[in-house]
Amino acid sequence: MPRLTLREAISEALREEMQRDPNVFIMGEEVGEWGGTYAVTKGFLEEFGERRVRDTPISEMVIAGAATGAAMAGLRPVAEFMTINFAFVAFDAIVNHAAKVSHMFNGEIKAPVVFRAPGGGGKQLGATHSHTPDVIFAHFPGLKVVSPATPYDAKGLMKAAIRDDAPVMFIEPVPLYTSPRVRDDVPDGDYIVPIGVSDIKREGRDVTIVTYGEGLHTALDAANQLAKEGIEAEIIDLRSLQPLDLSKALASFKKTFKCVVVEFGHGTYGIGAEVAAQLQEKGFDYLDAPIKRVAQAQAPAPYAGALEKSALPNAEKVIAAVKEIL
Amino acid sequence: MEKATLLEWYRQMVLIRRFEERCDELYQLEGKIKGFLHLYIGQEAVAVGSIGARESGDHVITAYRDHGHALTVGSDPGRVLAELMGKATGVTGGRGGSMHLVDTERTFWGGYGIVGAHLSLAVGLALAEDYKGTDRVCLVYFGDGSTNIGYYHESLNLAKVWNLPVIFILENNKYGMGTSVERASAETDLLKKGMAYNMPGRRVDGMNVIEVYEATTAAIDAARKGEGPQFLEMQTYRYEGHSIGDRTRYRPQGELDQWRDEKDPIATLQAVLLNDYDVTEDELLAIQNEVMAEVDAAAKFADESPDPALDSLYDHIYPGVIGEVN
Ligand SMILES: Cc1ncc(C[n+]2csc(CCOP(=O)(O)OP(=O)(O)O)c2C)c(N)n1
Ligand SMILES: [Mg+2]
Repeated sequence: MPRLTLREAISEALREEMQRDPNVFIMGEEVGEWGGTYAVTKGFLEEFGERRVRDTPISEMVIAGAATGAAMAGLRPVAEFMTINFAFVAFDAIVNHAAKVSHMFNGEIKAPVVFRAPGGGGKQLGATHSHTPDVIFAHFPGLKVVSPATPYDAKGLMKAAIRDDAPVMFIEPVPLYTSPRVRDDVPDGDYIVPIGVSDIKREGRDVTIVTYGEGLHTALDAANQLAKEGIEAEIIDLRSLQPLDLSKALASFKKTFKCVVVEFGHGTYGIGAEVAAQLQEKGFDYLDAPIKRVAQAQAPAPYAGALEKSALPNAEKVIAAVKEIL
Repeated sequence: MEKATLLEWYRQMVLIRRFEERCDELYQLEGKIKGFLHLYIGQEAVAVGSIGARESGDHVITAYRDHGHALTVGSDPGRVLAELMGKATGVTGGRGGSMHLVDTERTFWGGYGIVGAHLSLAVGLALAEDYKGTDRVCLVYFGDGSTNIGYYHESLNLAKVWNLPVIFILENNKYGMGTSVERASAETDLLKKGMAYNMPGRRVDGMNVIEVYEATTAAIDAARKGEGPQFLEMQTYRYEGHSIGDRTRYRPQGELDQWRDEKDPIATLQAVLLNDYDVTEDELLAIQNEVMAEVDAAAKFADESPDPALDSLYDHIYPGVIGEVN
């Protein structure tokens, strides 16, 4: 099996889906001639032509809106936001239109659109370009939100997203795109990773770490170090934020009685808040200690390298949180 | 023009007016309609003449002042009224309400409540036809106030850049809520605001259904031939307030009377029928009576219809998914 980076896996999924279904096409800023801002669609223009790989003006509202309209009329658009930070400009089209039409029109209209959104911080791009706002999109009924942490999951989830009849926000953690350590065995050809199903990425008996995206790798680092001290962490990768599957997290929690949530977005009203609320509702009798959250500091992302780093989760912070409740 | 066509347009315009008058009563006197209610009285010729120019399969999409468009495409008045009364038999089962009517069987993609947003959806609907290689076009309706929002500019621009078959139909009724064009738009000649995006445009007497028809027919022909988006400024006037409860204090004294007394679209067509087509007063009266009976029957149907089942709340949040809570 070829070992692919996250970026290569996403690219392969897009290519295979475009080969499979003539209604799948790509639109967005710099997706064609430029080859994609992060080179995910490099070579696509040459392979599929201008009809199916469409460069747009810098117009996020109409990128999201027109992709939604085209989906309503039967196509399967993959609309790329250059980065998730620019999706804020298209917020209305995403949450008030793509996410609403199915329910508001009583099932008479569907909008099977995929919004690709590279996201995440840590690259010294400053406050406006370093968001991990994933949870905001997961707030709205009607939108599915996924964010893969491994190349295997990324390929399978992208295929699932394109084939799903619901609109899907597909959030790609930029820091993982080319990272050699997240290289993965990715099968050639077709397979699906279902949306809304979490995954156990590491088994352990002492503490449950719930995370997704970039957080998975931080959690794995922490778990490896903890293992040296005889502490075995179980790691649940949510993979999807909406629908949110906490069944594996709950089962793990009922075994370990302790939980730490790791997320790269801000913690206030974040994934950790939701996970903690649901675990105490459904597993109160198993609660041995406070559920801890490790998240991005509640400050806009600064430019200066060390300062930005200090605001983000890392293995040391996860280890400290685990030790606090053990 | 064929006499039969003109008589049909007469019937459609009278239907819209009587329907809207009944809605007003059902809201203000009987309390059976709630929420927003944007009446189309005065603007009937725009929907009737332009939709009269489309062929079946051509798309129609509009904003929240959408009753006239729904009735003109041929949606059942009983089901539309039931929607306004929040009933299970409504066109979206009481989910969308007055602003969000829909009838995809007649390629009417809905009313939309967010100013300007549906222009981007229209670009997508037209994109889908262009992509599939059909010769269908998309008629999109919007108000003067909408020419000031970002969606408008992004949508006209992209439609032209991609040469898509969109007919942009501006219903210039002089006001967006209480703000006149003069107070809201740096360019008060709104035709120029369309032509700024390098597409053919035409100013039309929107109170004259025949002129509306002719101008729209020409625009549709051009778009169908691949000449790209077209712009029509329909000069029209809304007689009632923006929504129920608006006392229209922002209008100069006598302005409404002038439009109603000198340019009323129904009276204008009536004069043509009586003077040039040998239609008798009795024939027109018969049509009016027929329409009254139709509106009465619609009101009875709506009134007697059941409320939506409370357990339908979660249906269609995701397409095809019934009754599942996430
Ligand atoms: C984005 C947005 N801002 C504000 C509103 C509130 N609003 C509803 S209708 C309207 C006026 C729109 O005027 P126009 O486009 O001229 O249409 P008309 O009502 O005259 O048909 C406003 C401000 C809204 N629905 N959406
Ligand atoms: Mg207006």
